[in-house]
Amino acid sequence: MKKCEAFIIGGSAGSLEVLLKVFPVIDSAISFPIIIVIHRKQGNDSMLADLLSSRTSLPVKEVDEKEKILPGTIYIAPSDYHLLIEQDHTFSLDYSEKVNYSRPSIDVTFQTAAEVYKDGLVCLLLSGSNSDGVNGLKSVKLWDGIAAIQNPDTAQVSYMPAQAQQHVKIDKVLNIEEIGGFLNLLS
Amino acid sequence: METAVVSDEQVEILLSDLLEQYGYDFTGYSRASLKRRIVRLYGLDKALSFAEFRYKINNDHTYFKRFVEQITVNVTEMFRDPAFFKTLREEVLPKLGTYPFIRIWLAGCSTGEEAYSISIILKELNLLHKSLIYATDLNPTVLEKAAQSMFAMSQMKQYSENYILSGGTKDFSSYYTANYSLAKFNDELKSKIIFSTHNLVSDYSFNEFQLILCRNVLIYFDRDLQFKVLNLFDESLEELGYLALGTKETINFSQIAGKYKRLQSEKIWRKVE
Repeated sequence: MKKCEAFIIGGSAGSLEVLLKVFPVIDSAISFPIIIVIHRKQGNDSMLADLLSSRTSLPVKEVDEKEKILPGTIYIAPSDYHLLIEQDHTFSLDYSEKVNYSRPSIDVTFQTAAEVYKDGLVCLLLSGSNSDGVNGLKSVKLWDGIAAIQNPDTAQVSYMPAQAQQHVKIDKVLNIEEIGGFLNLLS
Repeated sequence: METAVVSDEQVEILLSDLLEQYGYDFTGYSRASLKRRIVRLYGLDKALSFAEFRYKINNDHTYFKRFVEQITVNVTEMFRDPAFFKTLREEVLPKLGTYPFIRIWLAGCSTGEEAYSISIILKELNLLHKSLIYATDLNPTVLEKAAQSMFAMSQMKQYSENYILSGGTKDFSSYYTANYSLAKFNDELKSKIIFSTHNLVSDYSFNEFQLILCRNVLIYFDRDLQFKVLNLFDESLEELGYLALGTKETINFSQIAGKYKRLQSEKIWRKVE
């Protein structure tokens, strides 16, 4: 593949634990942005950023709308908005209907990012109990990006990565302890 | 495949059609969201080709109206972000209550849920009789719906919870009459709301207000258009008036920022000079 330009992680039930294990392993010199879209209750967003920030030396921040996407930064999708990627590598937010009962929807971020980063995009789908993210991974493949999933056998809730495996040609199936290394090697 | 049916170039073609044919300018809208809405409608209406889709938008006025309604986002609720409405109730509106007359502009009101929410608070503060809410949207169809003051009964449980969290103490169901699947809100609430079309992109200031609310509208605009609209709000706001935006929106980085002071935690600014 082309050099990785963005790494996006989507997850739902059971994905936070994975992130907490992966974050300490991420190389502090990575050359691309990491964008996190996880389903959660509406509420205090800074709590999640604070929690994840305690596990890495990289800057972790909740996305501001129209913000420029910078390498070496970890961005968190705010709750209750869809997170979209613009062609000029900025974020935009959208309060339209839920997709797969979810806002933010992983599909929306994966799909808009796929058209922007094309073969420079890597998307990883973690544990979860619905099929959000599956159509997104299809788009990633359509635009020549890399589709990865957490090994369903290691997922607290296997439904989401298993659905992806069933419907999309997956490039990488990763155990939890392999995720950090995979990510670092892309840099 | 959903992502491939309408290209970026075709989106630009449609936007210039809308401008030339109908005078609707969407060129300052953020593209990712706009494109997603267009692709969604294309799929929803099972368009056979881009040429057919484009022809219908340009030649069928009814379809054009549907197009505009569908590519703009009209999702809203009553008392959304209860903490915001609590600040309105406890800080902003009591201050405005000292004025002889209160003029409020709700820009991008969509189907009206926020207009009725504000009306309820004004009534509870005994301010409704001397208030006027101008609720505007670019979309005539959503305004017609807003004027009917009827919302889905299935939403009332959520709205009632929001209302209580926002500091409401009455029985929320006293504000509407249940009519099968719809809740019809009391006429009194509507009596001080004027629903009218106004396009933030192309229309000018039409009055001076003490409070302007525009929540989750600017997120759909690019930076230049955001700044232009913020200037419009500034021109339309009295000194010491308030400007309220959505949770993720800000006046920082804009020209008007220096004239405004933010109220603690909410996205509400007061015009101080």
